[in-house]
Amino acid sequence: MDLSYSPEHEAFRRETVAFIEANKHLAPRPGGPSPLAWQALLIEKGYAARTIPKAYGGYGAEPDILKSRIIAEEFAKAQISPGMGGQGISMLVPTLLEMGTEEQKTQFIGPTLRGEMLWCQGYSEPNAGSDLASLATKGELVGDEWVINGQKIWTSTAHLAHWMFCLVRTEPEAAKHEGISFLLFSMDTPGIEIRPLVDMTGAANFNEVFFTDVRVPKDQIVGKRGQGWQVANSILRHERGSLADPNTMLSRVNALADMMATETLDGRPVMDNPIYRDRLMQIQGRVLAMRCNDLRLLSSAVNKQNPGVAAMVVKLQGTELRHELEALAIDVLGELGLLYGDTPRLRGHGSWQRDYMYFLGLIIGGGTSQIQKNIIAERGLGMPRESKLASA
Amino acid sequence: MEFGLSQEQVMLQASVERFLAYQGGLARTRKFIGEGETRAHDVLEGLAGLGVMGLIIPEAFGGVGLSFLDAAVVSEALGRFVTPAPYVGTAVLAPLALMRAGSEAQKTEWLPKLAAGDLVAGVAISEVTGARSDAGVRLKDGKLFGTALFVIDFEADIFIVADGDGGLHLVAADAPGLTRTSLKTIDGTRPTGELTFDGVSTEVLAASNPAVLRDLIDVGRVMFAADILGAAQDMLDQAVAYSKERKQFERAIATFQAVKHMCAEMVAALEPCRAMVWYAAYALDALPAEASVTACHAKAHLSEVGTFVARRSTEVHGGMGFTDLVGLHYWFKRIGFDRQILGGPQTVREDAARLQGFTR
Repeated sequence: MDLSYSPEHEAFRRETVAFIEANKHLAPRPGGPSPLAWQALLIEKGYAARTIPKAYGGYGAEPDILKSRIIAEEFAKAQISPGMGGQGISMLVPTLLEMGTEEQKTQFIGPTLRGEMLWCQGYSEPNAGSDLASLATKGELVGDEWVINGQKIWTSTAHLAHWMFCLVRTEPEAAKHEGISFLLFSMDTPGIEIRPLVDMTGAANFNEVFFTDVRVPKDQIVGKRGQGWQVANSILRHERGSLADPNTMLSRVNALADMMATETLDGRPVMDNPIYRDRLMQIQGRVLAMRCNDLRLLSSAVNKQNPGVAAMVVKLQGTELRHELEALAIDVLGELGLLYGDTPRLRGHGSWQRDYMYFLGLIIGGGTSQIQKNIIAERGLGMPRESKLASA
Repeated sequence: MEFGLSQEQVMLQASVERFLAYQGGLARTRKFIGEGETRAHDVLEGLAGLGVMGLIIPEAFGGVGLSFLDAAVVSEALGRFVTPAPYVGTAVLAPLALMRAGSEAQKTEWLPKLAAGDLVAGVAISEVTGARSDAGVRLKDGKLFGTALFVIDFEADIFIVADGDGGLHLVAADAPGLTRTSLKTIDGTRPTGELTFDGVSTEVLAASNPAVLRDLIDVGRVMFAADILGAAQDMLDQAVAYSKERKQFERAIATFQAVKHMCAEMVAALEPCRAMVWYAAYALDALPAEASVTACHAKAHLSEVGTFVARRSTEVHGGMGFTDLVGLHYWFKRIGFDRQILGGPQTVREDAARLQGFTR
C-alpha cells in the first residue's frame, strides 16, 4: 500500500496545474470562448485525446492511467472543462481503434475528437431493453446498400448528433446474439425521423428514432456481419464504470454539508439536528467506501490485474448511492426541496431535485439494477444461470 | 501508487488462515465455548509462533515491527474463522498503549512477554467511547476508583485502563482492590467483563494523554471493522456455497433470482468494504490528518454492512441457518459484538461528525 505518486507523476501534475493556470481564461463558458478551440488546444497539449495515435488526430502519448487520472483531478479541481465528451469520443472512438478498418479510423476519429462530428448510439428498442440482444431493427443488404427499417428508443442527443452508431439485425436466420451488425450512418440520411422523449426531469435528452428504408453504404459496418454484439459489448462495459464517479459524489457530499450548515429550520442550522446529521454521516461513509474501491480499481488497472467483482458492483452501488445522496438533500430542504425550475427561493439551481430524478434514470439505464445483480451473481459469484425458458 | 495488499501481507494472511483451519476452525470455537474455556492456549501459542502476538511490537522488544494494515489483515483472518483468541486487546491495543505512553522500563518488562504470547492483556477503554449505566473510572490520590465495563480480552493477566482524564494505567489482574466480574455476551468467542476498582494502586503510563487514547480508539475501531470484514465474507461464501448445493423444485436454489439477488446485494455492499478497511488501516500509519474520521467511517459502515450480510446469509440458508447444526450463528454473533464494542454505528458516526466540526 503506497498512495504516493512517483517523481515523474508529481512533475506531470505540476505541469498540468501550470497549463491550467496559464490557459483557463480560454476555457469555454456561456458567452465565452468556443468549445471547439478549447478542444483543439487540449489535444495539441495532450490533455484530451491523449493516447489516441497522432495519425488519427490524437496526441499520441503512451497510455498512463495515473497521468489520465491526474488530468481529470486537476481539471475538476479548477472547475474548467476537461474537453468534449459524448458517446462518440467515449465509446465510438475506442471501438474504431480496436475493430475499425483503416479507412474508418482515418475518416471518423479525427473529426470526432475535434468535436466536429457528434454521435448518438442506436441500441435500445421498445421491445429490446434489458434483453438488448433481441433487438429487431432490420438491415437488409440490397445491392451495395443496407436498407434499414425499425425503431430505436432512449437515444440520447439524437437531435444534436451528426451520425449514429447502430445495432441492426442483419442475419435473421442466425442465433439471437449472432445476427446483429454494427453500422454507422449520417443522421441526414433520408428516412430517419426523430421524436423527442421528455423525461421526468422535464428535459428532452432522449429521443425515439424511426427508420423507414434508410439506405447506408455497404462498407459502413464495423467488424464483420453478425459480429455487432461483440463489438457493442466491449464498450458497454466501458460505459458502466463511468456512471457513478465517487470523486463527484464526494464533492456532492461536501456541498450538502455546506448547505446543512447554512440552511436553517426554526432558526437553527439543519446540521444541528442529529437525525439529519447522522444521515449525512451514513452517506459520507458509503461514499468513502466507494472512493476506496475506486482507488483499488485504479491500482488494478495500472498493474494490469483483474479487479474481479470489485468492478462489477460499481454501477449498482454508485447509482443507488448518488440517488440517495440527492434524496437526503431534498429532505434537508423540506418544502424548499420541492422547488424546481425558474422560481424564487430555488436552492442549488434545482440540481438536487434534478439529480435525484436523473439518477433514478441511471439506476434503470445502462443495465438496470436487477440486471446488474444477475451479472454480479452469475459472473462474480459463479451462481448458475436460470434454467432456459421452454420456448413458447 | 499501489492500492492493495503487498505479497507479504497476502502471505501473512494465508499463513494465519492455514493455521486457524489446521487447529480446527469452527470445531475449535465450539469446544472453547462448550467447555467454558477462558483461554485457548493452543491457539494463542500457535499465533505467537507465527509472530501474530508481536506483530506491531518493534523488533527491539521481541516483536515483528509491522504496520496496522498487517494487523488488520490478521484481524480479518480471525474474524473469518471466528477464532476464540485474545487479539485486539493483547496484540494490538495494549502494545500500542505501552509503545506510545509507557516508559522504557515498562516497554522492556511487558512488550516481550506480550510478543511471546506469555501474557494476555485486557483493555478497559469502553467508557471513553460511551459510558453505560454507572460506569466510569477516576483517579484519586494516585488510586483508581469506579467501574470499567466491556473490557476487551477480559481473561487477562494485566489490564490497560483509561481513567476519565485521558490517563492510562497498567493494573495487574490480582491487584488488591480489583474485582473482576465476567459478563456473558452473545459472542462466546471473546470473553468480556467488568472491572471494579476500589482504591487500586496503579502503574501509570507516564506519557499518556488524550491523543494517545484517541489513537487507541481509532486503531481498535479499525481492527473490529477488519474482524467484521472477515466474518461477513465467510458468511457470504457459506451462503453462496449452500445455495449451489441446496435443491428445491428439482434445481439448485442458486438458480432463483430471489436468492441470486440476495447474494449479489451482499457482495455489492461488502466488496467495497475491503478497500475501505485497507485504506483506514493504512491511514492509521500514513495519513494522520484523515485517520480518525476514516476509522469512524470504517467501523460504522462495516457494522451496517456486516449486520446486513449476517442476516441475509442466514436467510439464504433457510431453516438450517437458524440452527446450531450449521453454526452460522457464531459469525452472526461475532459481527453483533464487533458492531457495539467501542461504539455502535450511531455513536461512531456522531464522532465522525464532531471530528469534522459538524457539531457544536
